Amino acid sequence: MEIIEYIQLVFSDYTLRTITLGTAVLGAVTGMLGSFAVLRKESLLGDAISHAALPGIAIAFLITGSKDTNILLIGALVSGLIGTLWIRGITSKTHLKSDTALGLILSLFFGFGMLLLTYIQKQPNANQAGLDKYLFGQAATLVESDVWLMTFVTGLCLLVLLLFWKEFKILLFDKDYAQTLGFNTKFIDILITSFIVLAIVLGLQTVGVVLMSAMLLAPAAAARQWTNSLGKMVFLAAILGGSAGVFGTAISATQNNLSTGPVIVLVASVFVLFSFIFSPKRGLLFKRIRLIKNRNDLELQKTLAFMYHIVEDHDDTSHPHTIRMLNNFQGYSRKGLRKLVDKNYVEVEGGMWSMTSKGFKAAENLYNQNGKND
Amino acid sequence: MTDAQFEIQLIASLVAIACAIPGTFLVLRKMAMISDAISHSILPGIVVGFFITQDLNSPLLILLAAMTGVLTVVLVEKIQKTKLVKEDTAIGLVFPALFSIGVILIAKFANDVHLDIDAVLLGELAFTPFDRVFYGDIDLGPKSLWVIGIILSVTLTLLFLFFKELKLSTFDAGLATSLGFSPVILHYGLMSVASITTVGAFDAVGAILVVALMIAPAASAYLLTTNLKKMIGLACFFGVFSAISGYWVAHWLDASIAGSITTMLGVVFLFVYLFAPSKGLIAVLYREKQQRIEVSLITFLLHLKNHSEKRERHVNHLNEHINWEKVRSKTVLTLALKNNMILITDDIVSLTDKGDEFTSKAIEYILTNEDSLIEDMKDDFFLFRG
Repeated sequence: MEIIEYIQLVFSDYTLRTITLGTAVLGAVTGMLGSFAVLRKESLLGDAISHAALPGIAIAFLITGSKDTNILLIGALVSGLIGTLWIRGITSKTHLKSDTALGLILSLFFGFGMLLLTYIQKQPNANQAGLDKYLFGQAATLVESDVWLMTFVTGLCLLVLLLFWKEFKILLFDKDYAQTLGFNTKFIDILITSFIVLAIVLGLQTVGVVLMSAMLLAPAAAARQWTNSLGKMVFLAAILGGSAGVFGTAISATQNNLSTGPVIVLVASVFVLFSFIFSPKRGLLFKRIRLIKNRNDLELQKTLAFMYHIVEDHDDTSHPHTIRMLNNFQGYSRKGLRKLVDKNYVEVEGGMWSMTSKGFKAAENLYNQNGKND
Repeated sequence: MTDAQFEIQLIASLVAIACAIPGTFLVLRKMAMISDAISHSILPGIVVGFFITQDLNSPLLILLAAMTGVLTVVLVEKIQKTKLVKEDTAIGLVFPALFSIGVILIAKFANDVHLDIDAVLLGELAFTPFDRVFYGDIDLGPKSLWVIGIILSVTLTLLFLFFKELKLSTFDAGLATSLGFSPVILHYGLMSVASITTVGAFDAVGAILVVALMIAPAASAYLLTTNLKKMIGLACFFGVFSAISGYWVAHWLDASIAGSITTMLGVVFLFVYLFAPSKGLIAVLYREKQQRIEVSLITFLLHLKNHSEKRERHVNHLNEHINWEKVRSKTVLTLALKNNMILITDDIVSLTDKGDEFTSKAIEYILTNEDSLIEDMKDDFFLFRG
């Protein structure tokens, strides 16, 4: 399918349009809130919450008997919040560490949810099929009202973020300071956590329990590499999350047998990988290049210093010497010598080199003002 | 109880023990979430192995999948070493990506074969007795039993051989390194055992239950003891208990065995979490409350000691002066009276000799922080128990 054809289809086809919009909005809101989760070092909380939401869905169905998305999501929200609070309770009141608490809540709630789901499946009324779409998510089941709900939550989330921006920021980077300034850190903490839970619960229908944590983390982790400012990071994470949703949907829609959730996660992972390698400040590639450049500079300086030590005993500092005597020196390379010539520090004639007065001065000051060469 | 039922319970119990042993070390080493990551990311390994062998119980598949598990650990550590993200983010990035690859592989190439994601995540313990090993015509028992039996014996052998090393490197990695035990080898050894156990168990009980069986028994045991051997023993006991009771709950509800074993694990943990003697929630809350009262008591006694005038020592005055609400001051007053530390005559409170001595000692302790002075007070007061 041609790209243009696909874009036309997105606008004309109801299902495709809904899914694309839904995943884009979802990606944006999870990216936004995920930034906070990543920076608070609570990356795996999302994983735990999404698993912990499962029994809530089952119980909501058992009580109401309806498959209405909103009711099920309220159940998920409640049980996600209970899970989160219990994790907090375990880490603050017992000796167990946060990783154990996360793993515990994740697996225990999920197992309990599975027990309930299988129990529901064995029940006589036939209305229960389709609950397991929450396990792996089925973007295809999104309808327009779901997208409206997501958009509403995103709007609400944006509003709260703008209102409490300063509080969130200060809590994130210096909790003790926030406390001494008299902010109600507990309230802010619960506020941000609730929104994270809300975003996760919204995504369950689309990408499912298992992959939800990646939706939360990947855009934020990618965005983190490009900026050191919280505002920019949140914005960038929202954009990256949204594009992961759009591209993921596009790829899965044009192929047979590709579920949307995993593809979106893989697209987001590619974003992360790209950011890890190519981000200009923190990226591995540029770090490597900087490292090599620094090493070359250092060798150059070492060569110059070595030459300086040879030259300094002579009355005439530009007295020529053989290049061969440099061969014993470790830092020497032909390329390095050429560079020194380019910088006009050294002149080479035949097999001899001689230091220029500029080079002599530079070498003299090499150790006085290290780092300020060139 | 039929043979099949017995075999299911036996398999579940063996899986529980095989998981509890590496689980204990994972919990102690603060790497519990690694087990979650491994349990998800073995999926692509299993799928690829399944394409090659067409048999979920083949040793090759188990090895391939376990290698994916170790690969996860390596990847997480590589990402962490770049210092671009923290460890937990690294875990959270790696396993969903690998899991997605697995899901896509299944959807793309294995749609028509017997390997669906539900089975991978949940396992089907109920069917394990029907897949049996035959030697000629002799029935040797269920395949899963053999798989998990072999894994368990390897784990046990390794545990007995390297118990000392594991213990040391878990509690004091620095000392272990300086004594010449390679922490890297032990680390990857443990990770390999955890991976192999996860893979071996997933067919029977599914990926999520493996995580529950690794973490929950160990976490419950951790709240009950501070002795490593006891902790392993207790973890195994909790695992087996949940496995067997979970089986019968599932039998009664006609629901997933894996789900109900996990639920039993949850019940056990909840019980321990609430009622563990010194580390449980109730004990902790009680201790915190006692400590709060005792701090008040000392403040109160100190106030008495510092004031000789009657006006300052009147019962009603104390109420407003030290600024406590009524209930609290009453508790403190009764506590002091019970311990014969104060005398109340005509609503005037005064210190007894014992109270005087106690106050001096407490102040001495607060000032010098020397333990020996208050040995005899430790039994009566939480505050001095560290």
